[in-house]
Amino acid sequence: MTRRVAVTGIGVVAPGGIGVPAFWDLLSNGRTATRGITLFDPEGLRSRIAAECDFDPLAHGLEPELVERADRYIQFAMVAAAEAIADGGVDFGSEDPWRVAVSLGSAVGGTTRLEHDYVLVSERGQRWDVDHRTAEPQLHLAFSPSTLASVVAERFGAQGPVQTVSTGCTSGLDAVGYGSHTIEEGRADICIAGASDSPISPITMACFDAIKATSPNNDDPAHASRPFDAHRDGFVMGEGAAVLVLEELEHARARGAHVYCEIGGYATFGNSYHMTGLTSEGLEMARAIDTTLDHARVDPTDIDYVNAHGSGTRQNDRHETAAVKRSLGAHAYDTPMSSIKSMVGHSLGAIGAIEVVACVLALARQVVPPTANYETPDPECDLDYVPRTARPRRLDNVLSVGSGFGGFQSAVLLTGPGGRKR
Amino acid sequence: MSGQRTRHTAITGIGVVAPNGLRTDTYWKSVKEGLNVLDRITREGCGHLPLRVAGEVRGFDPSALIEDTFLVQTDRFTHFALAAADAALEDAGLSGIAADAPYSVGVVTAAGSGGGEFGQRELQKLWGQGARFVGPYQSIAWFYAASTGQISIRRGFKGPCGVVASDEAGGLDAVAHAARAVRRGTDVVVVGAAEAPLAPYSMVCQLGYPELSTVEDPSCAYRPFTSAACGFVPAEGGAVLVVEDADRAHRRGGVVRATVAGHAATFTGASRWDRSREGLAHAIRAALDEAGCAPEEIDVVFADALGSPEADRAEALALADALGPHGTRVPVTAPKAGIGRSYCGAPLLDIAAAVLAMEHGQIPPTPGVFDVCHEIDLVTSTARPAELRTALVLSRGLMGSNAALVLRRGPGTAA
Repeated sequence: MTRRVAVTGIGVVAPGGIGVPAFWDLLSNGRTATRGITLFDPEGLRSRIAAECDFDPLAHGLEPELVERADRYIQFAMVAAAEAIADGGVDFGSEDPWRVAVSLGSAVGGTTRLEHDYVLVSERGQRWDVDHRTAEPQLHLAFSPSTLASVVAERFGAQGPVQTVSTGCTSGLDAVGYGSHTIEEGRADICIAGASDSPISPITMACFDAIKATSPNNDDPAHASRPFDAHRDGFVMGEGAAVLVLEELEHARARGAHVYCEIGGYATFGNSYHMTGLTSEGLEMARAIDTTLDHARVDPTDIDYVNAHGSGTRQNDRHETAAVKRSLGAHAYDTPMSSIKSMVGHSLGAIGAIEVVACVLALARQVVPPTANYETPDPECDLDYVPRTARPRRLDNVLSVGSGFGGFQSAVLLTGPGGRKR
Repeated sequence: MSGQRTRHTAITGIGVVAPNGLRTDTYWKSVKEGLNVLDRITREGCGHLPLRVAGEVRGFDPSALIEDTFLVQTDRFTHFALAAADAALEDAGLSGIAADAPYSVGVVTAAGSGGGEFGQRELQKLWGQGARFVGPYQSIAWFYAASTGQISIRRGFKGPCGVVASDEAGGLDAVAHAARAVRRGTDVVVVGAAEAPLAPYSMVCQLGYPELSTVEDPSCAYRPFTSAACGFVPAEGGAVLVVEDADRAHRRGGVVRATVAGHAATFTGASRWDRSREGLAHAIRAALDEAGCAPEEIDVVFADALGSPEADRAEALALADALGPHGTRVPVTAPKAGIGRSYCGAPLLDIAAAVLAMEHGQIPPTPGVFDVCHEIDLVTSTARPAELRTALVLSRGLMGSNAALVLRRGPGTAA
């Protein structure tokens, strides 16, 4: 008997507005949330723009004690998880806690707090033999990203498998994928799955500066994230979190939960090519797509929308255009493919989960979110990137893909009520 | 791909980089003899910190093992992982694998802390000199996925690649993740964890762990299951395994050294060691269930052995809860008392020790422990000869995870 995985709740903390309604309002209207960095003084950096969350943790119900103890990325995850669980109507008091799992992703974890305290203990980079006496008492919680899943599990009383996933920029897709496998394989009935990152900090901005991966378009931040456009010049850093309640389908039906859609399939492969580079052929991402469709028993021609990684670097946009063509064949030209990074930036490990939530909403509303700022076609990227304006469309099967440093190539397929091929 | 037949996951290769041995054979010799290598920390810039004792990997020369192109862009934790992966693949007789079937080989690592030493160097450049002094490799050396990515690239593996960035128990979860990948159809997965948490700033980050031992005498800094238990000692290093579909291993003439028979993980809250009793017992029962293994079949337990009184008591009671009367009779050991805990690397080293113990018919002792104050049969002083068919490996993490893994001795091993 195959166990099927339903999505029964969603929550999101994204630039441009906290919560699902604000998020969808931004996406469906094609607005951008990219701006000059305000979280720290970016003087001296090549890229001084980002998509920041206007986030007041206390206003979103987090206790002052938690705000003091937990990094910003954990606060994001807590708020997104609370929204998803309320949305899903899950009552943990009536669930078997050993059957509740957590699978959360983060690419850089607590590096913002790590950097903050580093500055204190090193006297602003003056000493290697750092002075421990000036460190904050909660610093150890930033040391390992496992804190993320741990804090969320503790809050909601999950006692099943609790995992933090860190596969760079595919962390969010992989955390959803691992969570989906956890339910499929019978190791849990409910999984709180998603991802969070708050990477807008000097060290993370500087390390992407060093490889010129981020956009230097500091004069026009609102139009700086331009995936697939001929004039793109790198990605715009973002931050945020998204959480989904994944649930075994019969379990969801038994408690009368609203089922948004199902996780039809997931796969990931390594490209074994370069830690930051991508080939122009997209073979490995195509393999991830093919395997995902195979797992879901869905034909390439059944795909109605591709949510692209679409980071806005030249190599990515070409790589993934090639991969989607390879997997979907001629159908690729009839399939809208958009990048919400044009609006909410690239929040590293979090974005994969944010994009999955965007896909859930696209299925629910039967609307394809656009690629904002797309104006000038690049001859090497010749698919339908849904320029600037959201588009109503019949959607049954939606694919989300991602690429990450380390060579990771992942794909997740969501199937709506009409999308099942059995 | 396998069709419908059940695929069993075999361990066919082991590679170790540990404080008590830079190769698997030297590691086993030290473990079997119960050598305690815990010592004063000698790494640069650490001498003034109130954490004096650790398990350092000494004499490891990465430049003799790894090409310069990989060395310059990686932290010490990835150097360990690359070296251990090479050793594991050689041990499995698969040094040349992947050339013709790259998608059939995956890579999974667990990472608790990433490339701390590399990260501190780059933070120093940023804050001491300025943003333009940050090097191009910071973005790929510090993050938790570095070792999986670099193993995949260096060896040409394009199969499913994953990273479990969990607390210590994540080491066992990573092996289970790899075993599931094999069951889903990947032929071979290189899986492991190695950590390098002994750079100055990384050590400062660990000082907040309430379970950390700050005892200055190496001979009594980490004494699990005794009344003198005073916390754990951190360590560097870890191990990498080659796991593969057992039938495939047989077909190619590989030696099945053990099979991964069962695994389960639970969560009971950070530093809630009283509650870890229930969580660990639950994980043990579920792992035995998956393995189709009766409690009495367990021949040896490799304990988590955190070394704090409350945690040790919870573990001893969990064994009794989950294994019944067998829980107080089954031999228990904790080689890590002589090595320290290399976070996610620690349970990998325990798996390596468990496989070697089954092969050699010897239960290694718990170094430095003589006065056990719990109702368990802890093996101390010297190795104990025993016929070992099934081993149980336990791990708990500082952030609240509990995990149990059941290993069966391989048929390809003469015992």
